[in-house]
Amino acid sequence: MAAAALKDATAIVGIGQTPFAKQLPESEKTLACRAILAALADAGIDPSEVDGFASYTMEETDEVEIAKSIGAGDVTFFSKVGYGGGGSCGTLAHLASAIATGQAGVGVAWRSRKRGSGPRPWKNTAVQLPTPGQWTRPYGLLRPADEIGMLTRRYMHEYGATRDHLFNVALACRNRANQNPAAQMYERPMTRESYMTARWISEPLCLFDNCLETDGALAAVVVSAERARDCRQKPVYLHSVAQGLPAQHHGMVNYWNDDPLSGPAWTAARQLWKQADFGPEDVDVAQIYDAFTPLIPLSLEGYGFCGRGEGGAFTEGGALEIGGRLPINTSGGGLSEAYVHGFNLITEGVKQLRGTSTAQVPDAATCLVTAGEGVPTSAVLLRS
Amino acid sequence: MSDTLLTPVVDDDGAPFWEYTAQGELRIQACANPDCGELRFPPRPCCPHCQSFDSEWRRMSGKGRIWSYVLPHPPLLPAYAEMAPYNAIVVELAEAPRIRLVGNLVTEAGAPLNSVDPSRLKIGARVQVVFAEIGDFTLPQWVLER
Repeated sequence: MAAAALKDATAIVGIGQTPFAKQLPESEKTLACRAILAALADAGIDPSEVDGFASYTMEETDEVEIAKSIGAGDVTFFSKVGYGGGGSCGTLAHLASAIATGQAGVGVAWRSRKRGSGPRPWKNTAVQLPTPGQWTRPYGLLRPADEIGMLTRRYMHEYGATRDHLFNVALACRNRANQNPAAQMYERPMTRESYMTARWISEPLCLFDNCLETDGALAAVVVSAERARDCRQKPVYLHSVAQGLPAQHHGMVNYWNDDPLSGPAWTAARQLWKQADFGPEDVDVAQIYDAFTPLIPLSLEGYGFCGRGEGGAFTEGGALEIGGRLPINTSGGGLSEAYVHGFNLITEGVKQLRGTSTAQVPDAATCLVTAGEGVPTSAVLLRS
Repeated sequence: MSDTLLTPVVDDDGAPFWEYTAQGELRIQACANPDCGELRFPPRPCCPHCQSFDSEWRRMSGKGRIWSYVLPHPPLLPAYAEMAPYNAIVVELAEAPRIRLVGNLVTEAGAPLNSVDPSRLKIGARVQVVFAEIGDFTLPQWVLER
């Protein structure tokens, strides 16, 4: 079967979300149910019709609990995608494959996480993985910010990228959040001075180079293109989907790769564009995974919006703002709307192609959504 | 939460590395197939180049260059927060620049992770391995080459 068999074969017809906050009182399971039921209501599909599920391996609510809570029917496909935020778009890819091949008819992807209330994963010293933790953690390379900070310093050294380039990323996300009442940073403008004087987390990364800590949940409903035409909302088609684990990749501590600054984005991008009818120059708006600001220049290179080493310069001149060369993260992203392992980037991509974003790109018809760069990743191209 | 510096949580493939550091030797796993011989890090069961399961541990000179570094600030685990900001570095080995080790730049073996003034950290700076006993382990650390 040709890879193109998935092209436009399925569509996102429903999206749902809870409020986002540093702390929410309800449990992850309750939040998950609320987001999923909201997405099904948005689609106009009864929960009893759900027969497919996909989520992240880090998701702590499972299919059994979710299915029996929301009143799903007999479920014939369920799947979890690994590597934290690298799995976000992978959930859609798995559902698209299942639906296109007849394994399910109505698929739900979801992520519910109380990362704001809950513990920081890196604080757990009991379950640290022997590989690669034994080669990094004793030396105080403890957190994702430290691991990505190491790659960032090298990236700045090799290509001349600067903190101003990282600020351009943080500012674009914050400006979009300031337009989005649902964003955690809605009423918190950012200036160059506030960025440059913010406290360090792991030099060269400061506080505003790091994503938020959020409680919240989101969900999306995927059905066949044929069924999508009968749903309540304008369909947003899954034009191309891809996962990416490059040869000799090592996760966020990719220092042992021959070319550590070329990550999973490159692998996912090759697969994504190979199946697509359009290229990077035809993307109207992008939702790029932003756990850390330097992931944006790296992803801009990986997904082909510019050449190697040009990601920093790409951010200049308001390129990432509305009206710029490539508006990104138009809800505020993980940096300024909410950090729920990138699922809000998916729902924002859908809103852009429905024309309902709080920072709408005029006539947006194509959107790239990416999952975590620096870990085995995934991506989707959406089109209206 | 840990009140002391973390020690390596060793797996089967990594164990020989730590046995050699305890003897004051920096050794890297290499393929023992005579037609291949490629170094690999982190250690793993078989060679990604030739798929041989035969390996040996090749002694390195202990010389290298700083490939990159970070200066972590809190929030951190308590024992690390006490020293913050400290440095964590990646060193590319002189005889195998694509073999890179995470470590710390210190003034002498066993000195704290914040013992070197951050202004002395430079990408490309030449460094030399030293060994420090931390708990039951001997960890490689790095000093600037004189």
